[in-house]
Amino acid sequence: MGSYFDGSQSDPFRPFGGEDGGSGRMRGAGVPGSGPAAGFMDRQGSSFADFLASYSPDLLPGRMAPSSGVPAGDAGGQVLRDLPHATTIVAATCEHGVVLAGDRRATSGSMIAKRDVDKVFRSDEYSAIGYSGTGSMGMDVIRAFQVELEHYEKMEGRSLSLEGKANRLAWMVRGNLAAAMQGFIVVPLFVGYDEDVDRGRIFSYDPLGGPYEEHRFYSIGSGSVFARGSLKKLFSDDMPARDAVLACVQALYDAADDDSATGGPDLTRRIFPVIATVTADGYRRLSEAESEDYAEQVVQGRMSAPDGPQAPLRNAG
Amino acid sequence: MPFYVSPEQSMRDKADYARKGIARGRSCVALKYAGGILMVAPNPSRALHKISEIYDRIAFAAVGRYNEYENLRKAGVTYADITGYQYDRVDVTARGIANWYAQALGTIFTESNKPFEVEIVVAEIGRQSSDDQIYRITFDGSVSDEPGFVAFGGQADQVSTVLKERYRDGLSLAEAFGAALAALAAPSNGEQRPDVVAAQLEVAVLDRARDHRTFRRIRAARLEELIGEVRAADQKAAEAAKAAEEAEAAEAAAQAPAEPEPADSGPSVGPDAAGTDRGSGLDDGGDTPSSPL
Repeated sequence: MGSYFDGSQSDPFRPFGGEDGGSGRMRGAGVPGSGPAAGFMDRQGSSFADFLASYSPDLLPGRMAPSSGVPAGDAGGQVLRDLPHATTIVAATCEHGVVLAGDRRATSGSMIAKRDVDKVFRSDEYSAIGYSGTGSMGMDVIRAFQVELEHYEKMEGRSLSLEGKANRLAWMVRGNLAAAMQGFIVVPLFVGYDEDVDRGRIFSYDPLGGPYEEHRFYSIGSGSVFARGSLKKLFSDDMPARDAVLACVQALYDAADDDSATGGPDLTRRIFPVIATVTADGYRRLSEAESEDYAEQVVQGRMSAPDGPQAPLRNAG
Repeated sequence: MPFYVSPEQSMRDKADYARKGIARGRSCVALKYAGGILMVAPNPSRALHKISEIYDRIAFAAVGRYNEYENLRKAGVTYADITGYQYDRVDVTARGIANWYAQALGTIFTESNKPFEVEIVVAEIGRQSSDDQIYRITFDGSVSDEPGFVAFGGQADQVSTVLKERYRDGLSLAEAFGAALAALAAPSNGEQRPDVVAAQLEVAVLDRARDHRTFRRIRAARLEELIGEVRAADQKAAEAAKAAEEAEAAEAAAQAPAEPEPADSGPSVGPDAAGTDRGSGLDDGGDTPSSPL
């Protein structure tokens, strides 16, 4: 049966166990032999990723071992440069919730690889995730993470706590370490609504994992420095959700203004940032029309004041 | 000293054993309604579910031994999640899962000494009502594709007789729930079952109106409300029937030649429901030939 809990995990830094490459593929998938339908029956634990690691490690993200055919040296560097990279994500807490927003650009080196890429996703009913870094890798991690949360919920009949989800994501990011060492870095930004305290929370990560809890607002990706500077001036505690959304769109505009890898609102092609809110009512992705509305507001404002709204120079009082 | 037991005898013994175990419990029903599929099971426990979510549009219901069907449920969730992860969410189908259960249960039945004492239903809602599917898998791995409704476990025959009378296409949720309650309260072995109460029921639907994950449990306040609706409809039907009876009696007394007004017996009951029935396909306990998918 080869239970995952038999200590067969050799390298603690590679929990996805990609060591044996394809050898574990579809182990136990067949019905007869080692007991009936052994692969799926008598499961230990409720983690999808743990199960995948024993059942078919090939299917996990970050399974690429350092020696597994990635060209070394200059050629490798070229491959890396040519892969599409996703850029800026911003998050801000609001009254009883949190807002997550991302621009739509992916770049390959100095080229724009894609104008309408989607980097903000629903991870489950009460949380959302965005990523920056290598596009394909990020999509893999997010897909695995989404299944992980849903799988746990179905197996156990209850959702993980918000901290539980954040920790689980840290572990999955770490599974990507071997790839990250070669430059295929992916860093997520995770936000969720915490029922116990009735507010939104933000968790950031580094390529080795985390999570680091962030307070009030945060941003990741190439334009994050500019976005955070912008949010610093625009954010205030317990903003209504629509104000927090506007602040995020302003921040993304500022990031796009100074960072070539971040895309601004594209008025000619009608491509606008992806915005999601997570509140007591759950995850909600704003419709195209809504996000167009926010983007229009910001762009209109910038027509007369290209640097955006001004923060007061002196502290009040 | 090992005795020789003929394969026929051993299979028969196993089947009898499993059938007895399953018949000991209470029945569970699954039926289509206009907005999806409704599943109802008598279950006093809030923690140990008989009805669960498998995937976006697929649900699972089981009767029998808890540890055995719970194991199968988890295997089904694993199968669904792996398939959806490898391919796409739309590639997970009830048909695939039912097939997998059939394989697993068939193997267990033939290869192990003790067969699983479980009966499983896998239901999936489609884009429209005509695409809905309900599969029933028995302890020996036979699968049947049920037309619109199914009662399984316990005294399934009595329950499905009532269900068949009251089922028709396009029931509303309250009507379908009324039919399910009536079926579950069906007298077994001449004994009338006590009325079902909300606390003793596990109710869930696959709701076509929802996106993404369509499985939803109906609990507490909503369940009470639904039971209230059913009681009101039943009462109305009973009153209508009584009124019709009285009218008939009065008519007979008056020797009036005029046609009596047709009684409004409520939409969910009445013998006319049988006219729109889609046929049974009910299993009489494992003797029906299995229909492989």
